[in-house]
Amino acid sequence: MAVETTTRAKLRWGLLDVLVVVFALVPVLWIASLSFKTPATLTDGNFIPREWTLDNYRTIFHTDQFVRALVNSIGVALIATLIAVVLGAMAAYAISRLDFPGKKLLVGVSLLIAMFPQVSLVSPLFEIERQLKIFDTWLGLILPYITFALPLAIYTLSAFFKQIPWDLEKAAKMDGATQGQAFRRVIAPLAAPGLFTTAILVFIFCWNDFLFAISLTSTERSRTVPAALSFFTGASQFEDPTGAICAAAVVITVPIILFVLFFQRRIVSGLTSGAVKG
Amino acid sequence: MSINATPTGADVAAEETRRPAAVPKQRGGRRKPPLSENKKAERKLGLLLCAPAALVMIAVTAYPIIYSVWLSLQRFDLRFPDQREFIGLENYVTVLTNEFWWTAFGVTMLITVVTVAVELVLGMGLAIIMHRTLVGRGLVRTSALIPYGIVTVVAAFSWRYAWTPGTGYLADLFSDGAPLTERASSLAIIMLAEIWKTTPFMALLLMAGLALVPEDLLKAASTDGATAWQKFTKVMLPVMKPAILVALLFRTLDAFRVFDNIFVLTAGGNETSSVSMLAYNNLIRGLNLGIGSTMSVLIFITVAIIAFVFVKLFGTAAPGSDDGERR
Repeated sequence: MAVETTTRAKLRWGLLDVLVVVFALVPVLWIASLSFKTPATLTDGNFIPREWTLDNYRTIFHTDQFVRALVNSIGVALIATLIAVVLGAMAAYAISRLDFPGKKLLVGVSLLIAMFPQVSLVSPLFEIERQLKIFDTWLGLILPYITFALPLAIYTLSAFFKQIPWDLEKAAKMDGATQGQAFRRVIAPLAAPGLFTTAILVFIFCWNDFLFAISLTSTERSRTVPAALSFFTGASQFEDPTGAICAAAVVITVPIILFVLFFQRRIVSGLTSGAVKG
Repeated sequence: MSINATPTGADVAAEETRRPAAVPKQRGGRRKPPLSENKKAERKLGLLLCAPAALVMIAVTAYPIIYSVWLSLQRFDLRFPDQREFIGLENYVTVLTNEFWWTAFGVTMLITVVTVAVELVLGMGLAIIMHRTLVGRGLVRTSALIPYGIVTVVAAFSWRYAWTPGTGYLADLFSDGAPLTERASSLAIIMLAEIWKTTPFMALLLMAGLALVPEDLLKAASTDGATAWQKFTKVMLPVMKPAILVALLFRTLDAFRVFDNIFVLTAGGNETSSVSMLAYNNLIRGLNLGIGSTMSVLIFITVAIIAFVFVKLFGTAAPGSDDGERR
């Protein structure tokens, strides 16, 4: 009897699982399917391609427009992630471990920024960056990305830092290490998994951005892939860009899929701990 | 330890709690200076470690938002830079009496309310599945993270082509042709795309709350004969309330910023612009910095009001009210 109910329960959960998986994957599979279709079958409305081709991928990797945008995307996201995680880790360590004036203020400010309407910054940043001559440069994008990634980094990292066995730090200080040394030698290695998870979350955020990318760039010099997609044309100007757009879309989705596949557990714990307990 | 034994241990402790931050000047005393030096070093290190993050955040948000208030008080069209002048609140009058602004405002509100409500229900379901499923937990969680992680613009293109007549697998669902060329169906598709993308995030926040529900409380409720629904409303919901409020706050403010999906799906056509879309159009397409900044300021004020109402209504349950911030 008991065995039977668990089987039935399992079946019911299994059915729900399938529902979730289908719900989550169909749009992704659809754009992948479009990217493999030949121009002739592109408009047949079939979910699975009747004729498969890699031409769309060949096209985009032979156009400067896409390759340049991909380089921009990777460069901007990596640099912004690195800086945000380093600055965020310093602040999160101070917040979770040290007693100093202005701590609450910092937490409050980062919370405000997490909820800040980004479009409110577009007009002033557009003008300020033009005056500083950093409009349409990597730096012009990296700055706002760091800013909006910092609250995420600080919250997630504070949550991670609180789980670290701090007695080790005390022991290190007992052995004569300074606070700074204790941070570098003892805590940093322990915090590495948290740092890594935060880096993934921040990278996804930067990789994802569209509003800043399209407002603060004007040429291929710094336009990232999400922004470049809407300027795509096919191999020639008269060709339908659908296949090329889909192929490019798939290319920038691959890193996300890999992160999710390999680090599901970390991402889930990072998002849940940072968001609620932070 | 006990060379100068005049003050007792208790006295020293009391002295310290009375003025914990005081830094004694004399370096001769053997017992207190090391602690105070430490305290001083700790404060200094704390400020030092936070300074870069704080500086970047303030430089890139506070200064621009003030600058944007200044810009909003000027007539400033980049196509006619000679006509730049201070005009007080005239831009605000222009925007607030403009029907496009109010249409966009209505659209944004509608999208915010509908998507957040639907996401709360779906997200709760998804959270329960991710938390309690007996089979394939990893698989479900991994799949659910895909909408969360995927680039919004990519997902938006997928939805756009799905509803494009001829190309898409969904286009024939409704008989009357091109759903992205009519207002009601466009709005519905925008909301669908938003819901698909952000339900997993909502679910993850809710799942954190679910993890706090004590297992034995649920078991006790079962033995007392509670139905699944009663367990949900009487046991789980009260425990999850803080998590739900956090999720609602974050998602509401996030939904209010809706931009990417609209840009790709309709480009704001057929009166489907959100306030973000309208501000972007005035700034980048219209190059009107004065009007664009005015809209930026108005959006900022609206978001501040929403956040304020949330925090006022829910008080200590809001994030940052720092019950978790103490060590």
